[in-house]
Amino acid sequence: MERISVFSGIGAPLRRSNVDTDQIIPAVYLKRITKTGFEDGLFAHWRNDEDFVLNQAPYKNAQILIAGSDFGTGSSREHAVWALRDYGFRAVFSSKFADIFRGNSGKQGLIAGVISESDTELLWQAMEANPGMELQVDLPAQEVRFSDTVVPFEIDEYTKWRLMEGLDDIGITLQNEAAIAAYEARRESWRPTTLPAKGV
Amino acid sequence: MSEPLTLAEKLWNDHVVVKGENGAPDLLYIDLHLIHEVTSPQAFDGLRLANRDVRRKDLTIATEDHNTPTIDIHLPIAEPTSRTQVQALRDNTKEFGVRIHSLGDKNQGIVHVVGPQLGLTMPGLTIVCGDSHTSTHGAFGALAMGIGTSEVEHVLATQTLPLKPFKTMAINVEGTLRPGVTAKDIILAVIAKISTGGGQGYVLEYRGSAIRALSMEGRMTICNMSIEAGARAGMVAPDEITFEYLKGRPHAPEGAEWDKAMEYWKTLKTDDDAKFDAEVFIDANTLDPFVTWGTNPGQGVSLLDSVPDPASMTDPAERAAAERALEYMDLQPGTKMKDIAVNTVFLGSCTNARIEDLRAAASIIQGRKKAEGVRMMVVPGSQKVRLQAEEEGLDKIFKEFGAEWRFAGCSMCLGMNPDQLGPGERAASTSNRNFEGRQGKGARTHLVSPLVAAATAIRGTLSSPSDVGL
Ligand code: SF4
Repeated sequence: MERISVFSGIGAPLRRSNVDTDQIIPAVYLKRITKTGFEDGLFAHWRNDEDFVLNQAPYKNAQILIAGSDFGTGSSREHAVWALRDYGFRAVFSSKFADIFRGNSGKQGLIAGVISESDTELLWQAMEANPGMELQVDLPAQEVRFSDTVVPFEIDEYTKWRLMEGLDDIGITLQNEAAIAAYEARRESWRPTTLPAKGV
Repeated sequence: MSEPLTLAEKLWNDHVVVKGENGAPDLLYIDLHLIHEVTSPQAFDGLRLANRDVRRKDLTIATEDHNTPTIDIHLPIAEPTSRTQVQALRDNTKEFGVRIHSLGDKNQGIVHVVGPQLGLTMPGLTIVCGDSHTSTHGAFGALAMGIGTSEVEHVLATQTLPLKPFKTMAINVEGTLRPGVTAKDIILAVIAKISTGGGQGYVLEYRGSAIRALSMEGRMTICNMSIEAGARAGMVAPDEITFEYLKGRPHAPEGAEWDKAMEYWKTLKTDDDAKFDAEVFIDANTLDPFVTWGTNPGQGVSLLDSVPDPASMTDPAERAAAERALEYMDLQPGTKMKDIAVNTVFLGSCTNARIEDLRAAASIIQGRKKAEGVRMMVVPGSQKVRLQAEEEGLDKIFKEFGAEWRFAGCSMCLGMNPDQLGPGERAASTSNRNFEGRQGKGARTHLVSPLVAAATAIRGTLSSPSDVGL
């Protein structure tokens, strides 16, 4: 995974709260056998509506989503994060996230930052006054910035560390490569192997 | 003297690669990783995206089971999603060099039947699979757990898994089973007793004289359903029966390796003064055949009993669940279980489709006639089981009886392939889940043992072996 530090991107205001994972990606999009390519499922029902924010020209290439409270509730599907990521989002901000969604985000390199409700409103108004405006996200400083305004956000220390280091779960485990190799070296020889195949 | 430990704790300790600090999980080494087509495609894709390889191809094995058809297996799979998933498994295992047993191969079958049959499942191992019924393998004294797709990817890449510690529960089953009562009845009684959430956070260890007396097949049936009690895993300490079952299997150790293994395996039991976090006692002497009346595996009663009355339940949540279940199952309180008529009898699944299960059912139906209008499907757990049954002539007994003799797979256990019940149809099923819609939309499932399944196919209503003269 890519290391994340400071980046700028177009912000999109999603003026809705309680956006559950069925809205983020409906179940019919879950049948795939790949781990990418879920961008067409993102907010699929809402995208049928031409007024929906992501259907408006300035927001087509948005990378930062500012959503209402209780984002990512409902089913635990990881696909919700994959869909946001595949669409091109690098960060989502809300005043409240469902725990599982927030956990899944950290694992896939998507920032899920908590901002206050008043700052949500402030960002919405600024973006609506200036559609297609860029926001700057500073992960080390935990800030979202535009012109002279600075909005602080919360993210837990552990997730912040792994995003900044660009580590997925597997990457974290592989930091223990020496310990794994040492364990393998002392594993008993009677333990079974599937190769070469016997009994075929 | 070191601190007395339970079997599960010993296995855990023997597999710790890195001890987690400050509440972080321990990193455990995984001895055997079983794979099937439903939960693996995205795991392989994840590897590809991150440019990673399968760390230990020699500790990994795949088979096709959930989606595969059980008739006309020479034809392409008709359902597109199923076909795509199976094809993805074939492509992925080829690309990454992982051993696979495909449809038509003699070792193809339900992943939890294939591992033990090859002698890959053995005492003292950690075993994982992207399937909740991985608990089956605990019957050998292994620590065997179901995992999710991201964990499958994690194990493929690292052969380890970060795991949070569990609590331990002893399930003591003492006494002697009466004729016609089997392992399936024990586990259904256990789940009815501790409920479907009773095992949450625990690894269960089945102990006591009734468990010791069971064959490996019976122990697998019991461990298989640990997950239906909400448990992380279930296990039985290995003994002579385990070693006997294993000896001579394709992947069992041989010669000096066998001796080394035995030395370790004999230490695999809970120390006398070790403490479990919880204990449950079941009297095997008084058990009857057990069947479910509801829509979760904990909603079961003795086959001699009647459908319970929700009004008599004191816990409001339990009462509401029972009311809803009876409505779905279209049953009235007070109806004798033995008066419930079924359309279909399904003998199959990783709970009860091993050779011993087929033999047991065949012994009951031999020379008898199937009830009018009842369909019976027999789906061996693996192609090898099918071949062995044919060698023993069991297929003829089933066919003469009027049952369908099918190819191996999960089949009607979950109805991902075409083997499904229609809406409102009722089945006596030897599988492990009676959830709403599990065997087909609107389908009604009664979980039973192979003996009860066979007796039910003869009479057309839920029946015990003694009803047909056993
Ligand atoms: S037989 Fe049923 S429970 Fe067993 S692995 Fe297949 S689908 Fe799962």
